[in-house]
Amino acid sequence: MVSRRRRGKRGRGHAPGDPRNIGWLYVLPGLLFYLLFTLGPLLHTVYYSLFSWDGLTAKTWVGLANYSEAVHDSVLRAAFLHSAILIVFYAVLPVSVGLLLTAALTRTAIRGFRFFRTTLFLPQLIAGVVIAQAWSWVYDAQGPLNRFLQLVGLGSLVRPWLGDFTWALPSIGVIGTWVTFGLCMVLFVAGVQKIPIELYDAARVDGAGAVREFFAVTLPGLRNEVLVAFVLTTINALRNFDIIYNTTAGGPGNTTIVPSMYMYQNAFLFNRVGYAAAIATLLALAIFILAAIMLRIGDRPEDR
Amino acid sequence: MTAGRLDRLGTYVVLGAFSVLAIYPVLSILFLALHKKTDLVTGFALPTHLDLSSFKAAWTEGHFATGFKSSFIVAATVTAVSAVLSVGTGYAFGTMRFVGDRVVFPIILLGIIFPYEATVIPLYYDFQNVPLLHWNLLNTYWALILPQIGQSVAFGTFWMRAFFKSVPRSLIEAARIDGATSFGVLWRVLLPQAMPAVMTMSVLVFVYTWNEFLLALVLVSGSQSHQTAPLGLSFFAGAARAGDPTKVAAAAVLVALPILFVYLFLQRHFVRGMLGGAIKE
Repeated sequence: MVSRRRRGKRGRGHAPGDPRNIGWLYVLPGLLFYLLFTLGPLLHTVYYSLFSWDGLTAKTWVGLANYSEAVHDSVLRAAFLHSAILIVFYAVLPVSVGLLLTAALTRTAIRGFRFFRTTLFLPQLIAGVVIAQAWSWVYDAQGPLNRFLQLVGLGSLVRPWLGDFTWALPSIGVIGTWVTFGLCMVLFVAGVQKIPIELYDAARVDGAGAVREFFAVTLPGLRNEVLVAFVLTTINALRNFDIIYNTTAGGPGNTTIVPSMYMYQNAFLFNRVGYAAAIATLLALAIFILAAIMLRIGDRPEDR
Repeated sequence: MTAGRLDRLGTYVVLGAFSVLAIYPVLSILFLALHKKTDLVTGFALPTHLDLSSFKAAWTEGHFATGFKSSFIVAATVTAVSAVLSVGTGYAFGTMRFVGDRVVFPIILLGIIFPYEATVIPLYYDFQNVPLLHWNLLNTYWALILPQIGQSVAFGTFWMRAFFKSVPRSLIEAARIDGATSFGVLWRVLLPQAMPAVMTMSVLVFVYTWNEFLLALVLVSGSQSHQTAPLGLSFFAGAARAGDPTKVAAAAVLVALPILFVYLFLQRHFVRGMLGGAIKE
C-alpha cells in the first residue's frame, strides 16, 4: 500500500494498445459478491443512520439527529476514548517493544528462528473467543496472575482484574498487546535481515553507537514494516469486539465499552437501530481517517 | 564485530522469554482443561494425571459436534468460492486493462481495511427478509457464507493481483501468440504457477472464517444447529464458567485445535501470508 502512487502513472506493464474489456468477465462475479454483501451493507448502514427505528415498526426520517445525539452521548465518548487507550496497548506498545527487541537482537543469523517465529506468531491465529477464555482464566481471582503476585510478595495487588473498575480496561489492553507483539517482532526481525549489511558497516566506520545506528540505519530500513504494523494493529484496536464481548461485555459499568460493543448493544439489545447505525458509521469513518493519515505519513516520496 | 557468544546468548534469552510469554496463556488453559472439576485448581498447578473427562463433557454439553460441522461447512465453502472468484479478479486486475479498472480496484481495496462490524446491522434486517425475494436467510449457513465471501474477495483480489502482476509479461504474450484464449492463458499457463499463492490465500481465509464471531452472533444465534464453534464456545462459557471452569477451558482448547493443526502443517503459508500480504503492495 506504500508505493502504489509512484507506480500508478506509468501504466502497469501492459502491452501497449491492448485494452481487453474481457477483463470485466473475470471481475464481475467477485465484484458482485463484494458489492452485494460488503460495500452495499456499509452504505445501507449509513442510510439507516438517518432514521429513528426500533427494528420493528416503521422508520422515521430524522436527518442527522442521531449524529447530534452521538456528539452529546457520554457513553459513546467514553467508548472512543477507550479505543484511543486501547490503541496504545494494541499498536504503540507492541510496535515499540518489537522495535526495541529487534534493535537488541544481534544481526547474526539466528539459528532456530523458525521455532521462535512459530511460537511468537501463535496468538495471531487463535480465535478471539478462545483468547478471551484463556485470559479470563489468567486474570481469574484464583488464576495464575494472582497466584504469581502472591508468590512474589505482592499479595496486596491481588484482585479479579476484569471485574475491577480501574483495572479492567488496562487488563483488556494487555490482552491486545499479547496478541500483536509477536506479529510486530517477526515482521521487524524479518525486515532487518533485508537491510544491506554495508549500511551497518558504514555506520560503524563513522563511529555510530548502538543508539545512533538504530536511528540512522535500522529504523529507516524498517519504515514499511513499521507502517504496516501500525495500520494493522490500530485497525484491530478500533474494531475490537470478540475479546471485549467475551470477557467483560463492556463492564463493569461502562468501563470497557468500545464503539463496536456499544453499536451491538444499541442495535440488538436496546432496539435503537438508527442510532446503532450512526455509531457504526462513525467507527468506519474513524478507521478510514486514521488509516489514510498513517498511509499518507508513511508515503513520503523522498526516500527510495 | 563484537557479536560474540554473549550477544548471541542474549538474543536467545530475549527470544525465549517472549516466546514463553506468547505461549503461556494458551498452555495455562490447556493445563486447566486437563484437570477434573473436583480438583481445586489454582494458579499454575500442573495436572497430576491426564484427565480427559472435561473434554468429553464439553464436547457433548457444548454441542460441539454441530458447532464443528457448521464451522467446517461455512469455512470450506467461503474458502473455495472466494478462491475461485479472487483468481478471476486478480487475473483481470493483474494482467489486463479495461474500462473502469482504475476506479473499481481501489473500491475493492477499501474492503480490506474497512470494519465489517459496520455491515452487520443491515445484513441482519436484509437477511430476515431478502429484498424482492422475501426469503428469510437468518439462522442459515447462507447468512454466514455470503458476507464472508464478499469480505474475502477483497483480500483475495489484492493478493492474487500481486501474484499475477509478478508473472513475466513475456509468458502471457507467448501463449497469446500461440493463439490461447484469455481463459486458456489463465488455466494452462498461469494457474499451475499460481498454486502456492492460492494455497496461502486459502489458508488465511479458512483461519479467519473459522475464527469469526460477530456475524455468527448476530446472524445465526437463533438456531443451535447452525451455530459455529466459536459461537458455541461463547454460549457455553457464559453458561458454565461459574460452575466448572475446567469444562470451559476444555471447550476453548477444542475450538482452537483445528486451527492449531492447520498452523502446524501449513505455517509457512500463514507466515508468508501475514508478512507478504502486509509488505507487498
